[in-house]
Amino acid sequence: MVYGFTTIYWRDMIRFVRFKTLLLSSLLQPALWLAFFGIAMSSSFDKLMAGVPVPPGMHAVGYLTFMAAGIIAMTTLFTSLFGGIVILFDKNWGLMREILASPMNRNHIIFGIALSGVTKSFIQVIIIMVFGILIGAAFFAGFGALQVVIGVLGVLAFVGIFALGFLFLSAGIAVSMESPEGLQGIMTLLTMPIFFASNALYPVDSFPEILKTLSIYNPMTLMINGIRYFAIGPDFLALGKYYTYTPGDIVLSFFGLVLFAAITFLFAWWRFRKAVVT
Amino acid sequence: MAGTPVSGGQPIIEVKNLEHSYGDFKAVDGISFAVKEGEIFSFLGPNGAGKSTAINILITLLSLQKGEASVAGFDVTKDPQKVRESIGVVFQDITLDRDMTVQEILEFHGRLYNMPREERKKRIDELLRLVQLEAKKDERTKNLSGGMKRRLEIARGLMTRPKVLFLDEPTLGLDPQTRMRMWDYIKGVNKEGTTIFLTTHYMDEADQLSDRISIIDHGRIITSGTSYGLKNTLGQDLIYLETSDNEAAIRILQGLPSIRNVKSKTKGFVLMVNEDGTKVLPVIIDTLRDKGIELSTINLKKPSMDDVFVFYTGKEFRDEPEGKPGYLTMRPGGH
Repeated sequence: MVYGFTTIYWRDMIRFVRFKTLLLSSLLQPALWLAFFGIAMSSSFDKLMAGVPVPPGMHAVGYLTFMAAGIIAMTTLFTSLFGGIVILFDKNWGLMREILASPMNRNHIIFGIALSGVTKSFIQVIIIMVFGILIGAAFFAGFGALQVVIGVLGVLAFVGIFALGFLFLSAGIAVSMESPEGLQGIMTLLTMPIFFASNALYPVDSFPEILKTLSIYNPMTLMINGIRYFAIGPDFLALGKYYTYTPGDIVLSFFGLVLFAAITFLFAWWRFRKAVVT
Repeated sequence: MAGTPVSGGQPIIEVKNLEHSYGDFKAVDGISFAVKEGEIFSFLGPNGAGKSTAINILITLLSLQKGEASVAGFDVTKDPQKVRESIGVVFQDITLDRDMTVQEILEFHGRLYNMPREERKKRIDELLRLVQLEAKKDERTKNLSGGMKRRLEIARGLMTRPKVLFLDEPTLGLDPQTRMRMWDYIKGVNKEGTTIFLTTHYMDEADQLSDRISIIDHGRIITSGTSYGLKNTLGQDLIYLETSDNEAAIRILQGLPSIRNVKSKTKGFVLMVNEDGTKVLPVIIDTLRDKGIELSTINLKKPSMDDVFVFYTGKEFRDEPEGKPGYLTMRPGGH
């Protein structure tokens, strides 16, 4: 029973590759964000910032590079929040009964779905990074081979732990809901504040105090800190603001995400324990 | 027969005073029964009688509210894990992932139960042969016919060689031919040693398949027994008569020693007779003629499961045309 979650994972991945439209759109969507929103925004922002002198010795990055990290985060957020929806469908179509009447521990459903969600996010994130670099995002610029490997692994580690947190949350909500419409509503409601109250698209420093505090502790911000640290570097200048991350900051951000994932797992565990599916 | 001890084989399912409510509604109202190892046992009852609730408690999908229940020697509350390891389930509605292939459905199931890879492979081939779906191995389930889907589900239920196979309305919505084939599969599976617990609202299904039947209605077990035994309580034969004076006719016939019971119907009445009806009928006709009562309709038949059901629950099971002979619309002892 130790590997029960691999069964759930296996089935979810079969479905992922089998639904060609879903597969293609989920791979194309992040690239399109980057291509349209990214290029449009970066050409205006970079024009605005063109007059601002870069202090000597500072590593300035364009807006595309800055927001590419945000697009990675956004894609991961969306994919993870909707990752649990299969649980709701299984429940409504009666398929969940087969699993619940089997000897497999219920936690493995949560783990299996989470693992397949993380896999999907990894695939998407790698596509965004490759595509981003192709259209001019300065990811891993000037890194040595080893640094690139560490950088990629670092980004994936942050993406992974963040995705787990939201997949657990999504699974817990999905198993408690009756209709896909209701789930969609809740997820949309969650996405908005999480995405915009973060440093995905702009610096949070000039936010009003309350929003700023919220943004600093937002898991989204914690993840983006990690992505920028590993993909751009420990210090850089973007949108006229100087960013600098110490390894301590990054470890702290990571543990913040671990804590978040632990809490959402407990939530999912509790919801699954309560779930009655007949 | 609530609480009747089981003779013969060991009880593999034991239920005592089981109750289950949804809010104020009591879906299962204090039922007790035992299923012997190796038998086919049926719950026969109309929709909403509490059959599925009872089955859901036994397969551990619903938690037990009141009473006791054990399956394969394990208590459903204390040892649900062990219960789950011992059973197979075929649910009432089709529960197949439309986008997985026949092979994948079985593979998934085997993995859920932690079967080793080699055994899974062997078992899948074996079962596909049993339910004649070898040619459909790589077909997605959405492309299968209703009967094929049901066969696949039965194969899935058997994948792990369960001690008890639960079948909730296994032939619901299937055409008559497919149903008969399904019964053959179920009998075959039972012969190989799997105990079968079946719920159905089809009289003929309970009649043809089961070793023992419990008739369940409004969450209670009304009566239990073998198909033969249950039918026998209604006498050897049923005779339906319409006469010029039904009341007088009933009064006269009740005195005859071979008449066990009489039930009034809208246009006529039904006699339950202890002897061979073909022998009793001439006597009845002569007796009534002697008293000047004219007979307009006569019908003789063997009691069916439908008759048993109607006799015990006091209601027609399905919508029947008015005055169709052989149906007993009054409760025993009532009028």
